[in-house]
Amino acid sequence: MAGKDLEKGSEAEGFEHEFESGLAVVPPDKIKDPGLEPHRVRMTDKSPKKAKNAEVQVAALFMVSVVGSFFALWAYVAFPITEDLTTVRANNLFLGLGMTLSLLGIGIGAVHWAKTLMPDFEVTEARHQTRGSEEVRARAVEIVKLADSESGFSRRKLIRRTLYGALALFPLPALIVFGDLGPQVGNSLRHTMWKAGTRLTKDPTGIPIKASDVTLGSVFHVIPEGLTDLKEHKLEEKAKAAVLLVRLNQLDLKEDPDKTGWSYDGIVAYSKICTHVGCPVALYEQHTHHLLCPCHQSTFDVTEHCKVVFGPAARPLPQLPITVDAEGYLIAQSDFLEPVGPSFWER
Amino acid sequence: MGNRFNRSRRKPLAATLVIAAGLLFSGGGYAVATNVAANNIATEYTAEQISEGRKLFLANCASCHGLNAEGTAAGPSMIGVGAASVDFQVGTGRMPGQGSGPQLPKKKVQFTDEQISLMAAYVASLAPGPAIPDQKYLEATGDATHGGELFRINCAMCHNAVGAAGALTEGKYAPNLDGVEAKHVYEAMLIGPQNMPVFNDANITPQDKQDIITYLAYIEDNPSAGGFELGSLGPVAEGLFIWIFGLGLIIAITVWLGAKSN
Repeated sequence: MAGKDLEKGSEAEGFEHEFESGLAVVPPDKIKDPGLEPHRVRMTDKSPKKAKNAEVQVAALFMVSVVGSFFALWAYVAFPITEDLTTVRANNLFLGLGMTLSLLGIGIGAVHWAKTLMPDFEVTEARHQTRGSEEVRARAVEIVKLADSESGFSRRKLIRRTLYGALALFPLPALIVFGDLGPQVGNSLRHTMWKAGTRLTKDPTGIPIKASDVTLGSVFHVIPEGLTDLKEHKLEEKAKAAVLLVRLNQLDLKEDPDKTGWSYDGIVAYSKICTHVGCPVALYEQHTHHLLCPCHQSTFDVTEHCKVVFGPAARPLPQLPITVDAEGYLIAQSDFLEPVGPSFWER
Repeated sequence: MGNRFNRSRRKPLAATLVIAAGLLFSGGGYAVATNVAANNIATEYTAEQISEGRKLFLANCASCHGLNAEGTAAGPSMIGVGAASVDFQVGTGRMPGQGSGPQLPKKKVQFTDEQISLMAAYVASLAPGPAIPDQKYLEATGDATHGGELFRINCAMCHNAVGAAGALTEGKYAPNLDGVEAKHVYEAMLIGPQNMPVFNDANITPQDKQDIITYLAYIEDNPSAGGFELGSLGPVAEGLFIWIFGLGLIIAITVWLGAKSN
């Protein structure tokens, strides 16, 4: 029996490890290998009654598994999923409980069986050097040399060089194919649906917003006019163009001289896409004028062009320059003047 | 003959124009009138109610909001905040405030409904402001699906997708909406109490507000289909649960697997 042999090997007195210590510092008062703990005889080995008990326990656990399987089958029929979504709850709960019992019964039973009734002895295997012996190493070199001389790899230069060439070129078709797997990003990261004259409309209805509708302290969640009519890529466009519209007291705004024309009568519009990792920033506090991102707590000050006052965001939220058209509706003066959302490599 | 024919042909056209113009004007006029009604005082208060309300105001509110409700360093002006503000702030117990802090919490209501409406009458008499909402928009009979969509767009970022509350900056928070009266939900959207922004009727129409109220009533009455909600607080509560109980169970099983049988 392999187990018995190993056991004997490890018990041999004066057993020395072969491997060298290398650069490791081995202190002279190194703790001696204490060897194996004395073998402790299990209760099931001492008393046939205990062994019988354990046997019954293992059988009982397997029976639990049997019951669990039947329970799961019954639950699947007894708690069907209907039109009412809440029926999912009972179905999942009882089906899951049955399957859990059925699997755990087998697993726990098997481990209990192994631990209490299967042969009980300690096994130790000695650690070996990773380096091969000198004969093995010499034999390996011999094999490589033989293969080289038989194939003529070193001798036949023409074959060798054309093989190198073939190997270097074969990944090229794959590169071309992989390159065409997705659309080119192009400058889509730099532009959104907004352009001069696009009306600001309400999310999700697409109803245009009049400047007079935006009362002090109001927040509007805004999408560009025409977004609701898009046939494709609607979510992608919305994810880039979503805007938050807020009206502040004009006196509270601290605007850069070159950006004063970007707001309209205290109404300001900012990209809702966080400059950190792109979560929608929309937690606006009416009195502190702070805009909070719920993901990583980046906080932007709406009174000062949404500069970052707290958190990991690196840049202010891009501002959408707005004005009103002849009918009093809010319109964009242009697209955002910088890419919205998180940083990317060529920014 | 030709003249008479022409006249009779002209007549219906003229009549149509007159009717069209009339409809346009009356319709436009009606729209203006309803707009004013929605924004200003919908309920008429008697002079007696207003004077009784003023007495209550002077006794309970004036120390912070000023003797003429003009506001002081301790509290904002009440002029133009409307009856809806009083009904919300006093009706949820947030006012009168006790001590200062990042946010005034909801607490036991300090006044009777009668007293609250008197104070609301006084504040409403100071200047036009948002009125107490019409009962017909407070019934949970709207479109819960549309309300849910509006809630996710306008409210969920602070209040959580099922209104289970959420944290804001520096100790402020968006409160739990479970069990909040429909009237107070409506009023909060209308007035934007504390740091909540305003959602006026141009942004979220009264019908939309009713849909949101319907959605909130729906999620209150219908338990989650997904099993344990763990407060519906999202990844923090769920993560904590699985760290403690899931990992705990795995560690317990590992210890049992490695232990020797005795």
